[in-house]
Amino acid sequence: MSKQRIIVVGNGMVGHKFIDDVVKSENADQYEVITFSEEPRLAYDRVKLSSYFSGSSVDDLMLTSEEAYQNNGVVYTLSDKVVKIDHDAQTVTTASGRVEGYDKLILATGSYPFVPPIPGKDQPHCLVYRTIEDLEAITESAKQSKTGVVVGGGLLGLEAANALQNLGLDTHVIEFAPRLMAVQLDEGGGNLLRRKIEAMGVSVHTEKNTQQIVAGDECRYRMEFADGSHLDTDMIVFSAGIRPQDEIARNNGIDIGERGGIVIDNFCRTSVEDIYAIGECALWDSKIFGLVAPGYQMAKVALSHIQGGDEQFTGADMSTKLKLLGVDVASIGDAHARTPGAQTYTYEDGVKEVYKRMIVSEDGKKLLGAVLVGEAEAYGTLQQICVNNMDLPADPEQMILPQVEGGASVGMGVDALPDTAQLCSCLDVSKGDIVEAVQGGCTDMGGIKSCTGATTGCGGCTALVKQVMDNELENLGIEVKNDICEHFAYSRVELADIIRVKKIESFDELLQSHGTGLGCEICKPTVGSILASYWNEYVLSNNLVGLQDTNDIYLGNMQKDGTYSVVPRVAGGEITPDKLIVLGEVAKEYDLYTKITGGQRIDLFGAQLHQLPEIWRKLVDAGFETGHAYGKSLRTVKSCVGNTWCRYGVQDSVGMAIALEDRYKGLRSPHKIKFAVSGCTRECAEAQSKDIGVIATENGWNLYVCGNGGMRPRHGDLFATDLDDETLVKYIDRVLMFYIRTADRLQRTSVWLENLEGGLDYLRDVVINDKLNLGQELEDEMTHNIGKYQCEWKTTIESPEKLKRFSHFINAAEPDSSLAYVAERGQKRPAREEERKNQIPAVELAQ
Amino acid sequence: MSTATAENTEATWVKVCEKNSIAPDTGVCALVNGHQVAIFYSRQLDELFAVGNYDPLGKAYVLSRGLIGSQGERFCVASPLYKQHFDLRTGECLEEEGVSIPTYELKLEGDWISVRA
Ligand code: SRM
Ligand SMILES: Cc1cc2nc3c(=O)[nH]c(=O)nc-3n(C[C@H](O)[C@H](O)[C@H](O)COP(=O)(O)OP(=O)(O)OC[C@H]3O[C@@H](n4cnc5c(N)ncnc54)[C@H](O)[C@@H]3O)c2cc1C
Ligand code: SF4
Ligand code: FES
Repeated sequence: MSKQRIIVVGNGMVGHKFIDDVVKSENADQYEVITFSEEPRLAYDRVKLSSYFSGSSVDDLMLTSEEAYQNNGVVYTLSDKVVKIDHDAQTVTTASGRVEGYDKLILATGSYPFVPPIPGKDQPHCLVYRTIEDLEAITESAKQSKTGVVVGGGLLGLEAANALQNLGLDTHVIEFAPRLMAVQLDEGGGNLLRRKIEAMGVSVHTEKNTQQIVAGDECRYRMEFADGSHLDTDMIVFSAGIRPQDEIARNNGIDIGERGGIVIDNFCRTSVEDIYAIGECALWDSKIFGLVAPGYQMAKVALSHIQGGDEQFTGADMSTKLKLLGVDVASIGDAHARTPGAQTYTYEDGVKEVYKRMIVSEDGKKLLGAVLVGEAEAYGTLQQICVNNMDLPADPEQMILPQVEGGASVGMGVDALPDTAQLCSCLDVSKGDIVEAVQGGCTDMGGIKSCTGATTGCGGCTALVKQVMDNELENLGIEVKNDICEHFAYSRVELADIIRVKKIESFDELLQSHGTGLGCEICKPTVGSILASYWNEYVLSNNLVGLQDTNDIYLGNMQKDGTYSVVPRVAGGEITPDKLIVLGEVAKEYDLYTKITGGQRIDLFGAQLHQLPEIWRKLVDAGFETGHAYGKSLRTVKSCVGNTWCRYGVQDSVGMAIALEDRYKGLRSPHKIKFAVSGCTRECAEAQSKDIGVIATENGWNLYVCGNGGMRPRHGDLFATDLDDETLVKYIDRVLMFYIRTADRLQRTSVWLENLEGGLDYLRDVVINDKLNLGQELEDEMTHNIGKYQCEWKTTIESPEKLKRFSHFINAAEPDSSLAYVAERGQKRPAREEERKNQIPAVELAQ
Repeated sequence: MSTATAENTEATWVKVCEKNSIAPDTGVCALVNGHQVAIFYSRQLDELFAVGNYDPLGKAYVLSRGLIGSQGERFCVASPLYKQHFDLRTGECLEEEGVSIPTYELKLEGDWISVRA
């Protein structure tokens, strides 16, 4: 039998999903698949498009690869558009003139951004937000712009605004409707979202109808509005909605809807035999579905029909949950309470900026919809109750009220969900699928992911999927595991408790009493860190040295070529000219690459193992101490100059920074900890981005906790205000020791707080109100740790025994001959691989 | 103790150091006939291992400075650069199929360690 030929027009998310389903289907060998893409690449994840601005590469976004298509025999043509369909001959023709015959034709042409017909819209720097090329154009334009406007305050518009803001533009959102996200949110939710977004520096202008775009005064363009007002901007991104890409159907005699969209029936068939339409180009029941999950369902239905199955598309749940500019927003079902007789519950917290509303049926038994802004934890449960038409619990308002002490927990528990409940709408995975996977041996999220595909789309279902997995594991009597590795069936928190309570002082002791095997590079440093947090013994002592990770084991950060960096402590960033001179002299003598770090100190790079002791001897003699740049421990306490010199300073921020750095230096913790102290609210030390941030007030200090820079920045939370010195230190002692007790391995304080049950309020309860009656204990532990501080480098250079380890070869005085450097901007740097080729002999490798 | 997979026509035994000069559960690097050899001492197993010091994935001579431990039945060093595991008995990399490091023969005379490379 000859193969059926399927042509897929458009290789976007849905077109690709269809092809993937064909390839994975049981009778894949009966089909020959050909696809055409107008874009220059195969399908990528449009849903995650915005992550391109936060560092994802095109490769990260790809949903497939040319290689994968080739391996599966899928024929593809890129950068070529299908322009003609001949239904009698059953052929398609592309812009480049290629003609191909089909047995079945799938239209998956997606949609295009709607640009309102405003005079002036076609100028340079007037852009849209849909493809990777669009994002490249926006990036380019942003480089030449200071101000940017997004036209459209819907879901995509706000994503675009986020991008512009991240690109450093002064960002504005123009919305025609009276509120943001008018489709999904009710008035209360929209208003709160606006307040939050404006607090982040994005200006929102609602009820603005743009009349024309003309040359600007202060900026490149001026947008003139119907109400007589105007706004100057250098660039504009239009995000005023999408329109189905139905050109191909329109021009070739396939029925389209009154306002566009290729008309399909429940089997995704168009008006012409053997032609189907799926995804955003398709119009079902006069509706276009602008989300990926319904498109994926259509792909499944179309394939089922081709293969003789009877699956049908009967509409889709349009609930959404997302984070827009850092704000959680969710909308479920009938968010606008349009159902006759609908009643509502509303909870609004103006202080914490949370808005939640539930829309219930006339008899109060069913959930019709919900809106959540500022906090969307209840989304999973509410969405499930809504789509599965489940009965609400007796006091439904509990589901949106904040949890009270000892009160019943929110929601109804995943047990109540039917097996058919769709947990992951992106990949169409039901509760039953997850349960089955767990029973089949998947016992962690990694397994569930690869087995069912759940959570690999938008990721919005992760929490719920995990709950179902954990619940099923429990049902099966399998303990839910948080083991740190194969050697210890305990979490880091449990190990920390065991070590503290049983006063365990060595890895061997712990392994014998609580572990198995020999340990590994996960548990050894974890235990090493816990031992150091509580007992603070010299980390290179004989029974601890084997636990230290890459950097701690030689008290320096290992560089890519195996050399080390040297970072002496410069508390608070304050340094005398004499000490600066010593650093210069040492760097010069050993030819070390020298750089000012982001932590207000100086890093000397490229020291070889055998040079470390000599270098540190000189530094210690000059009064320096180790900076612990290598440890999961206190790094730096940044300061601003404060009231000693600054016109605006209200306290001595440098003095406080130095005092804090001296107090906590050497404190090892689950991850590194950084502090900063600013002398007034201008915040020049950037304290709100630190684990511990201190900002001076007229009356004392404001304490911020759990901020983070790095990969996922988080502003610290204001923890307590106007503290005196003593209370400030007391609170920091307690917060840090509580973090050490209860955080996971390599968990920064930011993530720790986000995962701490009860959150900031609970932390305040523990630290300020001493609810657990632990305050004194935590302070005592800190005092003990501080009392045992030693400069590890000083101890090391004083011990001839310890110094033996600091040579490249145990049996020869030579250095590592493979090191190679080149000069750049007046200093050395490691030679790159191609530069090294000529310089050193080839390396040895096993055959 | 360990077998050589690195073919070397001039391989001879070289005395490198005393066992007690290796801190328990750590490694050192020795220069043996021009080869950089990483030698580890596991206190729990009371066993010594000799492998190449070059990390073929991190591309630097650093393996002697990695943490050692078990992965199931295997005893490994984790590269200090990017943490891939190398089996100390066979030289195989656990993460990247086809990548391995040389292993060397090693013997103990009294407290002195000799390596053949
Ligand atoms: C030297 C320095 C960059 C510079 O030239 O300025 C630096 C260099 C390194 N950083 Fe950093 N970070 C440096 C300031 C920062 C800052 C800025 C700050 O502290 O104000 C941040 C963001 C703030 C924060 O941490 O919240 C920063 C966020 C990171 C991260 C991401 C942490 C996160 O939570 O996302 C890593 C990776 C990690 O720790 O897992 C990292 C890791 C590293 C490592 C250790 C990577 C490594 O394992 O080799 C780099 C080695 C340093 C070396 O060899 O000496 N570095 N790093 C800075 C040293 C500061 C110091 O004096 O100690
Ligand atoms: C920034 C952004 C964020 C989003 N976030 C979410 C989200 O969080 N959740 C969610 O569910 N959805 C989200 N969406 C929507 C989601 O991306 C779409 O629903 C999905 O991509 C639709 O898939 P599709 O295959 O129908 O269309 P597309 O992915 O647009 O694919 C259609 C493809 O067909 C090509 N094409 C068109 N005509 C032709 C022709 N004649 N010949 C050849 N090729 C042609 C197009 O160039 C395109 O490559 C987002 C979209 C954007 C832009
Ligand atoms: S950002 Fe930090 S970790 Fe990354 S390369 Fe720079 S110094 Fe290294
Ligand atoms: S719902 Fe999007 S990944 Fe599961």
